[in-house]
Amino acid sequence: MSGVGAARAMGLVVRRELRLGFRRPDQLLQPLVFFLIVTTLFPLGLNLRLSLLREMAPGVLWVAALLASLLSLDALFKSDADDGTLEQLALSGHGLTLIVIAKTLAHWLTSGAALVLVSPLVATALAIPTSAFPVMAASLALGSLTLSWLGAIGAGLTVGVKRGNVLLSLIVLPLAMPLLIFGAAATDRAVGGTDATGPLYFLGALCVFTSTLAPFAAAAALRITLE
Amino acid sequence: MSDGFWQMGGYARFVWPCFALAGLVLAWNLWAARRHHAAARRRVQRALAMNPGGDA
Amino acid sequence: MWTWFYRLASPPSVYRIAAVATPWLLAGALLAIAYGTIDGLAFAPPDYQQGDAFRIIYVHAPSAWLSLFGYMVMAVTGAIGLIWRIKMGYAVAAASAPIGASFTVLALVTGSLWGRPMWGTYWAWDPRLTSELILLFLYVGVMSLRSAFEDPARGDRAAALLAVVGVVNVPIIHYSVQWWNSLHQGATVAKMGKPEMPGSMLWPLLSMMLGFMLFYAAVLSMRVRGEVLNRERQSAWVRAAVE
Repeated sequence: MSGVGAARAMGLVVRRELRLGFRRPDQLLQPLVFFLIVTTLFPLGLNLRLSLLREMAPGVLWVAALLASLLSLDALFKSDADDGTLEQLALSGHGLTLIVIAKTLAHWLTSGAALVLVSPLVATALAIPTSAFPVMAASLALGSLTLSWLGAIGAGLTVGVKRGNVLLSLIVLPLAMPLLIFGAAATDRAVGGTDATGPLYFLGALCVFTSTLAPFAAAAALRITLE
Repeated sequence: MSDGFWQMGGYARFVWPCFALAGLVLAWNLWAARRHHAAARRRVQRALAMNPGGDA
Repeated sequence: MWTWFYRLASPPSVYRIAAVATPWLLAGALLAIAYGTIDGLAFAPPDYQQGDAFRIIYVHAPSAWLSLFGYMVMAVTGAIGLIWRIKMGYAVAAASAPIGASFTVLALVTGSLWGRPMWGTYWAWDPRLTSELILLFLYVGVMSLRSAFEDPARGDRAAALLAVVGVVNVPIIHYSVQWWNSLHQGATVAKMGKPEMPGSMLWPLLSMMLGFMLFYAAVLSMRVRGEVLNRERQSAWVRAAVE
């Protein structure tokens, strides 16, 4: 172990990622705008049949959120792998797993958490009642964090691949289907005014499960593709 | 064989395609595996012809 | 203590064992499949509810089983490659993927053809078929990832890791799809397959299961031979073997 403690090193990596992220605000905003555009497509495609839209709203919201957070995953390790920063970080003595945790958390703060903040806007447009907002936001927060962990594995596996963006989606989306099921179900129940704790617990369990295992898998993936 | 056998109690158009497809998938597996092995063999032979006796 | 295993798992011995085993496995497979097909189609009594349509089970159930089994083999042998650095693990994993994927497609198509008379539609988002579809996506992901790398050794390891991650997810996916489907029960989704089955129906099914397993093993060993040649093309024994 070098001079800096593990927690402090993680904090430094998170701070660095956030600073880099806010230096390029367009990259931060693009997924959010994508989220808004996709949800706009549905009312247009459904020819304003608003009753149908209201029934579909939780599913539409969740699919759009999944696709939007996939967009930025590609960049999770790419630039740091290309310019050698990742190897430097890995050699810093804190282990690749800690670096992966820090980078993924920072990524979630700039993508998933941002989606949660924008979601009331989208939800209003989709005629989701205000009473459902807390459950919707909680499910999106848990789900997007889980997706970030799964995405870290996928990004680690495809970091050495040219044009790995489509491949990344191909790998991550099947793994993310349980999230969509429970997340949309929780939102749907909240919209219908019934108890949504069941699916929320499932989302929480998935989040804890991936948070404990995925960092190791993602670090192993990076070791495979970088060494 | 009686006509009843081929009619499969009215379900002929579901049962027979299933078995035909199963046969097709089994045959494809055999064909593809043979081709896979033969292609690998040819690749080694070509390398050998270009560089006989060499340890590459 | 493990030297015998390493010797057994060395490329030349794998190549030789696979060559000897293939014809026997294939002969057994064809026998079992022939018996199962004839007995299942011609002699097993029709089901009292599904009539003759139930006979689709004789190809659907074995292929659905193989689709899962092929994935398990791919993940376990891939993990063996990753953990113990046994190269032949990757060869078996790479050989298993296309076979398993082809049987996943067969299970999907036969399941859908079975669904038409039972549900009145080819696709009813039945939980088992939905899980099977996601399994196909997982197969496609693993195979695409392997071929995406220019360095085959890297592709092998990346695909192995993804297969292991997928195996951890398979029960979660299966369970969540089942939970999701239970939400809109009451629709006319009939359960496929029967827990209790008289012997006259069961024997052909068991024979088909055995036959498909043997067939899988035969095709696997054929493909493994090709994979061994691809991976060991620089070594002297391979050059001697193909001459």
